[in-house]
Amino acid sequence: MSVLVYINSKNGLHKSAFETVTYGKKLGDVTVITTGSLSADQLSTLGNYGASKVLVDRSVEGDDDQQLTRIIASAADACSAITIIFSHDLVAKAVAPRLSVRLKAGLISGAINVPSADGTVPVNVFSGKAFGHVKVNASRTIISLLPNSIQPQENGSACSVEDFNGNAGSAGVRVISTKKPEGEIPLPEAELVVSAGRGLKGPENWGLVEDLAAALGAATACSRPVADIGWRPHHEHVGQTGVAIRPNLYIAAGISGAIQHLAGVNGSKVIVVINTDSEAPFFKAADYGVIGDAFEVLPRLTEAVKKFRSSGH
Amino acid sequence: MKILVCISKSPDTTSKISFTENSTKFDENGVQYIVNPYDEWYALVRALEIKEANGGNVTIISVGSAGDEAVIRKALAIGADDAVRIDADPTDAYFAAMQIAEYAKTNGFDLVLTGKETINYNGSQVGGMIAEALDQPFVSVATKMDVNGTTLTLEREINGGIEVVEVNTPAVVSCAKGMAEQRIPNMRGIMAARTKPLQVVAAVAVDQMTTYVNYTMPNAKSACKMIDPSNMDQLVELLHNEAKVI
Repeated sequence: MSVLVYINSKNGLHKSAFETVTYGKKLGDVTVITTGSLSADQLSTLGNYGASKVLVDRSVEGDDDQQLTRIIASAADACSAITIIFSHDLVAKAVAPRLSVRLKAGLISGAINVPSADGTVPVNVFSGKAFGHVKVNASRTIISLLPNSIQPQENGSACSVEDFNGNAGSAGVRVISTKKPEGEIPLPEAELVVSAGRGLKGPENWGLVEDLAAALGAATACSRPVADIGWRPHHEHVGQTGVAIRPNLYIAAGISGAIQHLAGVNGSKVIVVINTDSEAPFFKAADYGVIGDAFEVLPRLTEAVKKFRSSGH
Repeated sequence: MKILVCISKSPDTTSKISFTENSTKFDENGVQYIVNPYDEWYALVRALEIKEANGGNVTIISVGSAGDEAVIRKALAIGADDAVRIDADPTDAYFAAMQIAEYAKTNGFDLVLTGKETINYNGSQVGGMIAEALDQPFVSVATKMDVNGTTLTLEREINGGIEVVEVNTPAVVSCAKGMAEQRIPNMRGIMAARTKPLQVVAAVAVDQMTTYVNYTMPNAKSACKMIDPSNMDQLVELLHNEAKVI
């Protein structure tokens, strides 16, 4: 089966790109479509994860969803793709629905694994409180895969990279400016996350969180009230109305664990909760719990992590 | 400016999630339905703010059965001018989006707003599908929107940051936190909502592209293992050897 994987290579190749190619390889023969200026040498490394070929349309950067839709549709026709794969990120949320209308393809958003034996694809529903098993009734399928759902697998070698003209057409969206925090790990892609809530009593105490995150190599996050009162930037807010994440490890200090917060983190593989209140609801969703004062526990945990890391891990 | 705000019903955020009929249907027993928070707090309230500043008209649209009119009235109580219910069970996002696109095409709107996703299906599909069907630009997960004549200036989330973009109307925008603040309807709004026009429109024939065959629940978490707060070495050891996450 011919599978087309769309990769956003604007800021280089990230783990989510390797995940989607690995996912595509499990379904069939993978062609990658991307846009922008990343070198052919770099793009050819996608072959290591199972891509047979990379097509790159260098006429656009890929900021406009109408242009991207046209390019991906052209590529899908060029390689007769039956299945098209995206990483379920902010680009996919704009482009995959458009593409599904353009190609009359069934769209499965937020997939968490490969199709089951019965052909259905498991997806997150009810903000992670349940899984839906979705089948497509159309001749083509689009799947957008939640980041951190499968492990990238290297089992191939560098592949060919070809320039491709996807007839992008005109853009409807004009980009005026971009604000990007430098050097931070994007939260949805982070494997380890350290998060804190009102229990930290003020923004001046976030050094405790950042120290632990730095020792682990983790991203930092926060609860909704902390973002609402302006202690931390909004893009760090995880929960129902913020970012939904599914890291391998989520450490929460001073967060009680309201149901709306859990909705954003219940896909985490392992949850550690640090709270002074032994009745905090978050302990029910946790794998490991520490009843104690974050002001004492966090520095101790940071020291223990440093000791562990310096012993060669 | 003529604005169309798409709303969906969703279970109250504190609802217990369970399934019935051999795990093929969401169990609505005892579930309180609300207007999907992203549709209400961000899309609808921002539409009302734009109308208050620039004049115009705000229409609410929803695809659902007669039983869903209570949810539509809740949205009307916050302040829209009128509402439309497409009389059909919204079997999937594609079906709902094509119904809304058909209505928007016939009636002509400068701006179509949705929430960034529903809290039950979390698909983020409907807005983009409407935009493609209308051949209009789409700005997804917008956190800010200002209107200047026929130009919209928006902030949207991108992978790892924020982008400021401009589009010309007509356009479709999906709205996220930051766009507006939740409004609590007052008694006058609730009374007025009872008599606001709510037009029922027959659905057009649309293929159902996807089917939710069944649902499963995550495995129950094993009991939380408590660690002595003075022994963080033990926690690190467990995270490494038992959980294998560091």
